[in-house]
Amino acid sequence: MTRYVMTADLNRCVGCQTCTAACKHTNATPPEIQWRKVLDVEMGEFPNVERIFMPVGCQHCADPPCMHVCPSTATAQRDDGIVTIDYDLCIGCGYCMVACPYDARYKVDEARFAYGKKPSATEALRFDEGSLGVAQKCTFCADRIDEGTAKGLTPGVDPEATPACVNSCIANALQFGDIEDEHSNVSELLAENAYFQMHEELGTETGFYYLWNEK
Amino acid sequence: MFGGSGSGLLVMMAILAAPRTAPLVLAFVALALVGFGLLMVWFEIGRPWRFLHVFFHPQTSWMTREGSVGIVLFVVTLAGGLMHSVTMMSFAAILGLVFLYCQARILKAAAGIPAWREPVIVPLITASGLVEGTAIVVMFFHAMNATAPWMLGLFVILVIARLWIWCAYRNALVRSKAPAGTLRAFTKLHREFFIAGFLLPILFVLTSFVLELAILATYFAGVFALVSGWRMKYVLVVKASFKQGYGIGKLRRGRPVVKSPVRREGDPIQF
Repeated sequence: MTRYVMTADLNRCVGCQTCTAACKHTNATPPEIQWRKVLDVEMGEFPNVERIFMPVGCQHCADPPCMHVCPSTATAQRDDGIVTIDYDLCIGCGYCMVACPYDARYKVDEARFAYGKKPSATEALRFDEGSLGVAQKCTFCADRIDEGTAKGLTPGVDPEATPACVNSCIANALQFGDIEDEHSNVSELLAENAYFQMHEELGTETGFYYLWNEK
Repeated sequence: MFGGSGSGLLVMMAILAAPRTAPLVLAFVALALVGFGLLMVWFEIGRPWRFLHVFFHPQTSWMTREGSVGIVLFVVTLAGGLMHSVTMMSFAAILGLVFLYCQARILKAAAGIPAWREPVIVPLITASGLVEGTAIVVMFFHAMNATAPWMLGLFVILVIARLWIWCAYRNALVRSKAPAGTLRAFTKLHREFFIAGFLLPILFVLTSFVLELAILATYFAGVFALVSGWRMKYVLVVKASFKQGYGIGKLRRGRPVVKSPVRREGDPIQF
């Protein structure tokens, strides 16, 4: 069985936000909506202060609270672990938004574009009126994965089958792959590095691992 | 707010009017409160004309369960009220309790907000709904000159229970290290809730016993108990609902044990 996960190497991430821009460009998300963003985190106390950059977004949990609370079954989960939203079923109640411990979901009620009332070329191409008034979030670029795997490509290895944020990462901090395959890039990274999952105590079993060899 | 008061009213009017049915007008007040609350939710959703989709997920969604119980509640209450049926109004009371419980579980399932996912919120919301419902019944019966001392005694017991649960809830939030904003909001509310939601209702009830001429005292007791419950829920939902934010987790080494996706299809009913 396939289970797609993403890893973010906090020792590599430089906080350039290229992944943020790539995601925004690929998915034409409205202003102020960032499915993928990078946090600038300061840790420790002066003078022993450390700074890390932490990519966040939907964690595609194995046990997603958003799916359990959804009254309309709009939020569902594929066999490969990717958590999806069916915009045609969603009633926009926002329950999933408060159920998500990772602040990963958004709702936009009216069409807004980056540069005023007229959409850019990419926004015009990707704008989906069905996404108004309903929940939206990172999809792990499921459409790219499906198209790529249909052509026999490997997600996380072949760029055409890999999420846009991972492709764009200049530091190779973000990686993507099948954790059930012990020889995949993500499996090997997890075997070789220390890692954590965010808010593990909530039992969500995230599909997002943060690699961090703390100094 | 209103759904909790309305469903609490259904429960308490059955208890306080036993062995007869409560006046029909109280049933209408209860349904009006529940209906108003649901109407406010309908105005808030992004795709209101898809409201029937809310019934699609009874296996795990407390919102679906609340909506489903709500439909039956309306039918049974209307029928029981119009037919003056004690049996049906008792069933309506049970449905009211289930509806109230569903509301509390809706909050508890919101894993993103520590103040809502705290387990003690279930008895807190339930207790407050029952206090608010009792307050309305007591005020109504007082207007009809039909209040019995045991009703006021039950009212006082529920008010005390609500305060006790409120204190337990706050302690639980401190133990679970809820966000500082949440704790601040509740610290600010506590004095007001203690006075308006506990002290004054009890003082006014005692006043009504001691001074027979204090005919307004019971009304004041009811109003303070009712409005303080609404105020508490307002703060809970609007002012104290801070998200927990992001965090660094416990570092592990070695290949992780991967849990399979739970998936929606074929989910058993989960409580």
